[in-house]
Amino acid sequence: MSTESAPVPKSGVAEDVQQGPRVAVSALVTNLREYGLILALILIMVFFQFTTSGTLFKPVNLSNLVQQNSFIIVMALGMLLVIVSGHIDLSVGSVAGFIGALAAMMMVIWPLGPFSNPLVVSIICLIVGGAIGAAQGYWIAYHRIPSFIVTLAGMLIFRGICQALLGGGSSVGPLPVGFKALSSGFIPDVIGSLTLIPPVVNAAGKTIVGSGLTLHMTTIVIGLVAVLAYAYLGLRARRSRERHGYEAEPFPLFVVKTLVISALTLFLVYQFATYRGLPIVLVVMGVLIALFVFVTKRMTVGRRIYAMGGNAKAAQLSGIKTERLTLMVFINMGVLSALGGLIIAARLGQAVPAAGLGSELDVIAAVFIGGASAMGGVGQVIGAVVGGFIMGVMNNGMSIMGVNVDWQQVVKGLVLLGAVVFDVYNKNKA
Amino acid sequence: MTSTILEMRDITKTFPGVKALSNVNLSVEEGEIHAVVGENGAGKSTLMKVLSGVYPSGTYDGEIIYRGDECHFKGIHDSERRGIVIIHQELALVPMLSIAENIFLGNEQARFGIIDWNANETRTGALLKKVGLKEDPKTLITNIGVGKQQLVEIAKALSKEVKLLILDEPTASLSEKDSQALLDLLLEFKRQGITSILISHKLNEINRVADKVTIIRDGRTIETLPKKDISEDRIITSMVGRSLDDRFPPREPEIGETVLEVKNWSVYHPIHAERQVIKGIDINVRRGEVVGIAGLMGAGRTEFAMSLFGRSYGRRITGEVLLKGKPIDVSSVSKAVEHGIAYVTEDRKTYGLNLIDHIKHNITLANLPGVSRHSVIDDMRELAVANDYKAKTNIRSSSVYQMTGNLSGGNQQKVVLSKWLFANPEVLILDEPTRGIDVGAKYEIYTIIARLASEGKAIIVISSEMPELLGITDRIYVMNEGRIVGEMAASDASQEKIMRAIVRGEGKAS
Repeated sequence: MSTESAPVPKSGVAEDVQQGPRVAVSALVTNLREYGLILALILIMVFFQFTTSGTLFKPVNLSNLVQQNSFIIVMALGMLLVIVSGHIDLSVGSVAGFIGALAAMMMVIWPLGPFSNPLVVSIICLIVGGAIGAAQGYWIAYHRIPSFIVTLAGMLIFRGICQALLGGGSSVGPLPVGFKALSSGFIPDVIGSLTLIPPVVNAAGKTIVGSGLTLHMTTIVIGLVAVLAYAYLGLRARRSRERHGYEAEPFPLFVVKTLVISALTLFLVYQFATYRGLPIVLVVMGVLIALFVFVTKRMTVGRRIYAMGGNAKAAQLSGIKTERLTLMVFINMGVLSALGGLIIAARLGQAVPAAGLGSELDVIAAVFIGGASAMGGVGQVIGAVVGGFIMGVMNNGMSIMGVNVDWQQVVKGLVLLGAVVFDVYNKNKA
Repeated sequence: MTSTILEMRDITKTFPGVKALSNVNLSVEEGEIHAVVGENGAGKSTLMKVLSGVYPSGTYDGEIIYRGDECHFKGIHDSERRGIVIIHQELALVPMLSIAENIFLGNEQARFGIIDWNANETRTGALLKKVGLKEDPKTLITNIGVGKQQLVEIAKALSKEVKLLILDEPTASLSEKDSQALLDLLLEFKRQGITSILISHKLNEINRVADKVTIIRDGRTIETLPKKDISEDRIITSMVGRSLDDRFPPREPEIGETVLEVKNWSVYHPIHAERQVIKGIDINVRRGEVVGIAGLMGAGRTEFAMSLFGRSYGRRITGEVLLKGKPIDVSSVSKAVEHGIAYVTEDRKTYGLNLIDHIKHNITLANLPGVSRHSVIDDMRELAVANDYKAKTNIRSSSVYQMTGNLSGGNQQKVVLSKWLFANPEVLILDEPTRGIDVGAKYEIYTIIARLASEGKAIIVISSEMPELLGITDRIYVMNEGRIVGEMAASDASQEKIMRAIVRGEGKAS
């Protein structure tokens, strides 16, 4: 099917303009879930801001929050595609643990010479992660073995290998500083910092902790660029729709949405800038989120994954190679699990046998809180990311409040159930 | 000595938008074998579902008098308690359970919920003997053939002390030998005083066992014939005897060179590896031509089309496909699509649409490269394409953002058609393109087919509705039991001719 054979009409426009208001309403309704989710995240943040007497939004805590939860969100990006395609992956926590152990062994124990360089090790680990994903995906895609079973086996296998690699219960470390920067590092301030209020220096010539206000200017610039780019892309998409004669979402709604998200972003960026700037892991995560939004919303491969999850047989009969696509989804999951494992190891500064233990449940919960359907075919990247942050903020907030870990689990479980019940209720009403 | 066991009077059953039965009457004498015949969709199965309570009392009009009482069955349990047992076309057996477990499923020989397996198996043994099936009651259903499974269904019916046995096309998927055995069994039951209603297409079977035949057409009873009046001609005339009015758009066929040629195509069943479903089919279709494939359910038409379309059905597929004289590889759907073949499925909900996504995404799915550059979808272009096809095929929806799951059958079919039109195929295979859609939408679909032919596409239409084939095609192949049993120009064809080719399974005409 050649591209030029596709007729592109100029007709059918008038009809759509006339149906404009209805389109706008339906756009609002379909996006209600997404807006509602972001609203829920904001409410939860405000709630914990109060209950922790302002600790939540403290720059130090925000950095911690990002560093503690980034691996969940990174893995949730892969899990979203897995769940949208109608599968599940229970092995991600074990794979992450195994990769962390592998990385530590390569960097610290095994005499690999130049190959123990953190960058080289990281690349090898990502490739190994992809291979693990391929090995599991092969059985799921080509032999139609249920993903629940294959990845349950993977969960046992890789946790076992992880522990065996580390030699029983011991941990391996410390990991090189260069590697730890992946999780605990901040982007360098290439522009230079701006001192708003000079720090107070005491008689002994030492700076009083917490005094003064210095901004990490590179962070501020990145934040501004991101917000401007977001607004510009939004406007350009609207223009394009209008130029083609289609109604976009109502302008006030667009403005409010853009302003709220921009304000929130700038506030967070400012908080980071007053501390040590943007954590490297946040930048990695941000780039990945943007990439996955693009892939799922704009690329043919993303569209095909949704079609496969919605009706695999129909997708296959439309010429989509569903087996290969399933394999690719699991390879992607494997690579992201490996990245998650590297992030965990870098944060802890060592590989431990229990690294990533149980994190598959947090990852899956994040995706479902984000509105994905367990039947496949439905789910958004942004939803999964916000779902991951909701989980992260609750973890962090409750920890600061001193809520017992046992009860934290109960609350998280209730939130997961509540989010899905809300979804089902909405769907039945529509 | 004869008394009426069942009397159905003025049965009328409506589905949203369709009157499936209108004032149907059926009267069955005790101890007879009563055949019910009619085309696909004539209403035979619906009538039996009304009788057995699948459609509960109150959802239809009319009365059912069974053994002297007026009955209001609320469900299949009510009718079974009175000894009416229906055996459906699709067997209702659990494959991974044993024969004995299946026979007493829901009716286990148990005390206080504890199953007495010995009693079950002893009784199963006795029942199997009655139906002449020599199998261990512990054998799993999945390990016996379709013919034997049919017998298990009958044994199951006997376990419920059946008085009136209804068989819905029982021999449709059976071999000749198994069919004969089954018919003998029916005659044996008759001697034991069990009344049977036999729904069948096969007139030779009816000739052999039936005492009476009731013919149903378009949801109405046409007539009931006693044994002495049963003849093929009479039945065929009654079955198809409706006039062709102007339900079809006019068209002037301009037929060109041969586009697609299939030679000696054979396919085996995907699960029952020894069963050959398609037996050496040869067909061809030319530019601008609409070719029909007629046949009854189970003739193998869909299996043929799907095996041709990227081996989506069956195993051990052999044969040759030529596109404009050159052999092509159609071993995967994407290859078939690349060569310009499109298949519009008969089951649009299961195989045609992503019901949880909207019209726009469904239309472009088979040709995403057509709306994208470097694998990035151009949203505006996609929207324009979707709106264009929405207008062209007259899809009635609030916008192209409406979920396909919420559309009517006719509009869903237009979305599936649009998807394949956008893929710009040279050969379009339409499988039951108007099944389950209303008359107005049918006309629209026919208009689209006529337009495509005039644009030079080669079109194959599979349909069980003979008037439809006669009305829209140029040439008709008749298929039965995996073979082409007739080929005729549409101008020479008639429903009688097609029916005759099917029921006689006669050798290739023309």
